[in-house]
Amino acid sequence: MSDTAERVKKIVVEHLGVEADKVTEAASFIDDLGADSLDIVELVMAFEEEFNVEIPDDAAEKIATVKDAIDFINSNG
Amino acid sequence: MRRVVVTGLGLVTPLGADVETTWSNLIAGKSGAGMITHFDASNQKCLIACEVKSKEHPWGFDPDKRVDQKVQRQVDPFIIYGIDAAGQALEDAGLTELSEEQKLRAGCSIGSGIGGLPGIESEALLLAEKGPGRVSPHFVHGRLINLISGQVSIKYGLKGPNHAVVTACSTGAHSIGDAARMIRDDDADIMVAGGAEGTVNPLGIAGFAQARALNMSYNDRPEAASRPYDKDRDGFVMGEGAGVVVLEEYEHAKARGAKIYAEVVGYGLSGDAYHVTAPHPEGDGAFRSMQMALKKAGMTPSDIDYINAHGTSTMADTIELGAVKRLFGDAMANVSMSSTKSAIGHLLGGAGAVESIFCILALRDQIVPPTLNLDNPDEGTEGVDLVPHVAKKREVKAVLNNSFGFGGTNASLIMKLAD
Repeated sequence: MSDTAERVKKIVVEHLGVEADKVTEAASFIDDLGADSLDIVELVMAFEEEFNVEIPDDAAEKIATVKDAIDFINSNG
Repeated sequence: MRRVVVTGLGLVTPLGADVETTWSNLIAGKSGAGMITHFDASNQKCLIACEVKSKEHPWGFDPDKRVDQKVQRQVDPFIIYGIDAAGQALEDAGLTELSEEQKLRAGCSIGSGIGGLPGIESEALLLAEKGPGRVSPHFVHGRLINLISGQVSIKYGLKGPNHAVVTACSTGAHSIGDAARMIRDDDADIMVAGGAEGTVNPLGIAGFAQARALNMSYNDRPEAASRPYDKDRDGFVMGEGAGVVVLEEYEHAKARGAKIYAEVVGYGLSGDAYHVTAPHPEGDGAFRSMQMALKKAGMTPSDIDYINAHGTSTMADTIELGAVKRLFGDAMANVSMSSTKSAIGHLLGGAGAVESIFCILALRDQIVPPTLNLDNPDEGTEGVDLVPHVAKKREVKAVLNNSFGFGGTNASLIMKLAD
């Protein structure tokens, strides 16, 4: 597993307070991990801090799964 | 008329993370004061506070017990204390699992004097340092005063009135009084009511210190700093925590065989219309607040056995005592009056609720808590039983709690043992 994926999952576990094994790449933040829209704003901010990237609002809206986040960071980081 | 009784209690205080620990420490004459540990206070004029202790302490608070970790990260301490105290009170009342029908008739009235000052401070610094894009999406609802009521209603499904009082240091008493009226007026059968505060942070301490309200001359002796009615008092010691009660309509409580602690029989409110921080010099507002509570209760001063005074350890103590003496007259001979702020500090918006719970426990155990550090009673205290240093066993059938706040807002509650 890539370093990015590890770090993304760690942030998700910390911010959503979910079990690490539930945070698969296919997991949807809202449907599988119990996040609401505000949690996603918070997660996006945490990704921006951790990876020193800027995630514009229109891109953030398309991040629905753990994999979406990893892919965005890998291609923009 | 619908009667209102207390069927559940919850406390998070500098003397304990539950009702019995707090109460036994209070009765034993212990103090919750110490050096400030929540932040580096070395550049402050006031170095001391009555903090809620961390969970490693013998009577420390473990937020994980009743507050979801995700919620803990999003909200300020006063909300965490409030949710926990409300949970305790509902557990004590046996009302954590309600039917759909009951939920529609159960509400919340838990307020705070100041609210989320620590979060306002830290997010403002973040805004200045890193810009608006770094402000938390939970900033607003993690600081708002009505969010204890909001969080508690969501957690337990309470769909009745959802209310939150903001009357500075009178908040806790107004919260209980208003909630009792909602039950009396048939808006609800169950109300979770109280107050909380958590402002032991740089801005909170500095703000009250600059207002010359905080104690600043006992920085080397924190336990001696809160000394209501003593000649050498010099301002209040900031406390933090929460007090929450479950109020219930009497027949509702009786029908389910609930344990009934006390009945709320009198509620008085008034405004000083005098000054933003100083009380009216003759205690006019305080006098009328107590007088109204007695009238509502259908009582005379001689019916009251114990007064939990507002008594903040400031110059205002004498003014409150003067008002009590004028109202009580000859009945002063029977009444005991103490300030538990001597032990737990001033919980601001939580004070009236926490102190009402102390009043209820005085009724339950027939003992009144002491005024600590009362070494040299001030002039005007002669002949008044201020319960110096040690708790006192005595008959307690009815109690009066006073709470007064900045802005000249006064509230008095009278409770008695239910028949």
